[in-house]
Amino acid sequence: MSEQLRRYHAAVWDEPLVMEMGAPGRRGTRIPDTEPGIAQTVGPAEDLVPRGMRRAAPPALPELTEPEVQRHYLHLSQQTMGMMGISLFGTCTMKYNPQLGEQVVARPEVAEVHPHQHESTMQGLLQVVHDFDLVLRELSGMDRFVFQAGGGADAAYLHACLTRAYHASRGELGQRTEIITTAQAHPCNPATAAAAGFDVITLPLEGDGYPSVAALEAALSDRTAALMVNNPDDMGIYNPHIKRWVELVHEAGGLCFYDHANFNGVMTRIRAADLGFDACMFMLHKTFGVAKGGGGPAVGAYGCTAELERFLPGPLVTRDEEGYHLVEQGPEGVGRVREFLGNVPQVVRAYAWARAMGAAGMREAADISVLANNYMEQRLLRIPGVTKSQPHLTERRLEMTRYSLGELTERTGVTAHDVQNRMVDFGIDAFWLSHEPWIVPEPFTPEAGEMWSKEDLDYWMDVLAHVCDEAHRDPDLVRTAPHRQVIGQLDGSALDDPERWATTWRAHRRKRPAAG
Amino acid sequence: MLGVLVNPVAGMGGRVALHGTDGVWADRARERGAVPRAARRAGQVLAQIARSAPGTTVLAAAGEMGADPARAAGLTVEEVPRAGTGPTTARDTQEAARCMRDQGVELLLFAGGDGTARDVLAAVGTDVPVLGVPCGVKMHSAVFATTPRAAGALAARFLAAPGLPVAEREVVDVDPLSGSPVLHGSALVPHAADRLQRSKAGSAQDDDAALDALCRQLAGSLEPDRLYLVGPGTTTGRLLRALGLDGSLRGVDAVRGGRLVGRDLTERELLGLLAARGPASLFLGVVGGQGFLLGRGNQQLSAEVLRLVGDDVVILAGASKLAALDPPVLHVDLDDDAGPGTPLAGYRRVLTAPGTSTVLRVAG
Repeated sequence: MSEQLRRYHAAVWDEPLVMEMGAPGRRGTRIPDTEPGIAQTVGPAEDLVPRGMRRAAPPALPELTEPEVQRHYLHLSQQTMGMMGISLFGTCTMKYNPQLGEQVVARPEVAEVHPHQHESTMQGLLQVVHDFDLVLRELSGMDRFVFQAGGGADAAYLHACLTRAYHASRGELGQRTEIITTAQAHPCNPATAAAAGFDVITLPLEGDGYPSVAALEAALSDRTAALMVNNPDDMGIYNPHIKRWVELVHEAGGLCFYDHANFNGVMTRIRAADLGFDACMFMLHKTFGVAKGGGGPAVGAYGCTAELERFLPGPLVTRDEEGYHLVEQGPEGVGRVREFLGNVPQVVRAYAWARAMGAAGMREAADISVLANNYMEQRLLRIPGVTKSQPHLTERRLEMTRYSLGELTERTGVTAHDVQNRMVDFGIDAFWLSHEPWIVPEPFTPEAGEMWSKEDLDYWMDVLAHVCDEAHRDPDLVRTAPHRQVIGQLDGSALDDPERWATTWRAHRRKRPAAG
Repeated sequence: MLGVLVNPVAGMGGRVALHGTDGVWADRARERGAVPRAARRAGQVLAQIARSAPGTTVLAAAGEMGADPARAAGLTVEEVPRAGTGPTTARDTQEAARCMRDQGVELLLFAGGDGTARDVLAAVGTDVPVLGVPCGVKMHSAVFATTPRAAGALAARFLAAPGLPVAEREVVDVDPLSGSPVLHGSALVPHAADRLQRSKAGSAQDDDAALDALCRQLAGSLEPDRLYLVGPGTTTGRLLRALGLDGSLRGVDAVRGGRLVGRDLTERELLGLLAARGPASLFLGVVGGQGFLLGRGNQQLSAEVLRLVGDDVVILAGASKLAALDPPVLHVDLDDDAGPGTPLAGYRRVLTAPGTSTVLRVAG
């Protein structure tokens, strides 16, 4: 099989950091000196900057020519290790971000809008926001969406804030202190619940691959504020008792929040409101073909039922016969979670994606993502050393499956991290392991999605099979990988030592003067 | 350097239906036709280390207690001389372990069962990390790798990077007379998580910090006039530490008004205390790897004691420890019949950090 693998090698420039390059006086564009007549009329150029805003000393920037700067950025782009190869990054649905979406948001109607413009001057943009709200209502059964949250965790936090406001409005906030979640829900659920001041109860997965109804019942009480769950969770298993769960939480007086991080496999197949949920969240940067951005420039679209609408942060986009309007939040709103309407260009991209796909396209995409995952499962389980989580369960996993390299590690000492490091030598992006805590040893979680071709999936699996074979034949080769990447193994020992880490050049100089 | 110690008779009793091979039982096992197995299993581990790190020198106990299998595996051996002659004894194990500690081994790899773990613990305490190659009949201690192969992989990784995290793990052995498991203390064991996990999540370290914070919170919430019973183990030991009390760690201690009012109490003493000072709250930990809540190392907490304690049982455990339970079920194994139903059976809240808990099934 190995002869079919590509003889990949990443660019290795081995050059100094940009801060160490260049020479004094080098410039990209040389701006001519001010002509005497102009200087006489407006005074010296530096006087145009208010005194209080002037730097005492010039900033320590590298001095480079334009081609040197171009080359620097080209090299950086070649040294990017994400989304360069085949990226099956499970629990996080990696999708291509279509050029069409980029072209639409580059148009002046989007790119040059100022958030303080009057609503009458951006009716088209408001229409996109409004209509995309309608698309998500259709997909979820919810009554209203807001796009302020800058990511999935931000939207989960918004829900925790709404939960507070809801119970406060009923005079029960003092009593309802607990939020329930599950061991394989996204960690942002317990994290945001805790950040909002709630105690967190995490239910473990049991024999069926999800927590039992009895465990939920044991956790419920008059202290229950909310349930926050994914379904399917990160093992790829759908909890078929979810309707009963929602009923039980409602009987106890709590709200139910559906974290749709794993929506890809169930798009157009299930609707959160039909299952009884009070609120849900879609990640436009996962499911809806929009770029990711480290929990800032993304969008967690948060939707809720009419009962919770009055707690939403404003402004909301409404429509009447005169057009589209921005309506500030009501007295019970939880307050802004982000400026203005959030990352509107992302909403425009997602709208473009949704309109291009249509309902039938989304359904087909969901089906392909489940089919592709199950195709992968058939092949992956034939690779010696690969097993899947809860192997006794015969139910089909949806858009992803949690696997284990535990057997390979026991046999060869080669861990999932080692395999991850070695696969990048073949032009494969590092795979996703598992959120904490690891409940299967040496986990990995590929997600095929609908956009990767069968050739891509086969190549990915060929590489994994090859690396597992290498682990048996030559474990050191795998353990010392990567060998053909822009960089080898990093010494991670200082990552949690504030005395040694440095994320800026200034900090680097301060903390490691010897290193330059 | 790696220390290598093999208890040649460990586990011999298993196949011949003896439930341990301590002391006289080794002869009994031989009479019944048992054959040594520890040397063979240790040999697998040592061969694995020799393969992954050729040229490794080990400090091994003399002869069949380590040096022979290490040489057979192709390792360079420095030998710890043995004073005694004849069949090997617990004393030989302890002396060899102490010597290895004094010579500064980075990891003491021992092949044996709970009895061997106990001897190693008695000799070196937490001075040096240890790792057990499972060779006993039925091991209760959490200091063993799951298989010899896992032991080899973990030892090789630890030796390649001695800075890897270690964690305290219980050493438990069955009392030969009563047949009850007894907690003997905690040894330091290389943490089995992957090497990159430390920087990312640091499971073992996270558990420590979370449990210490939880125990400080609990310590601050105790009512002055209430009786609190604290079960054995390192987790509940954190509560005593948070209270500034010097508990027994191995036994059940009692606290009231911020003072230790009982240390390493017997069942009878507990019943007396409860009758005089009840009602009470009980803090319990979970035996790592096995999920035992009652019936392992804490038999003094009998069904009768639990009946008097009532429903205020607070269970504490690290989130990583619980995540490693497969299936996620807690066990209770009490001798005396408590009438209908097992105490604590059903779904129970388990506290893992301040404001953080889970719900686990306690099997009947």
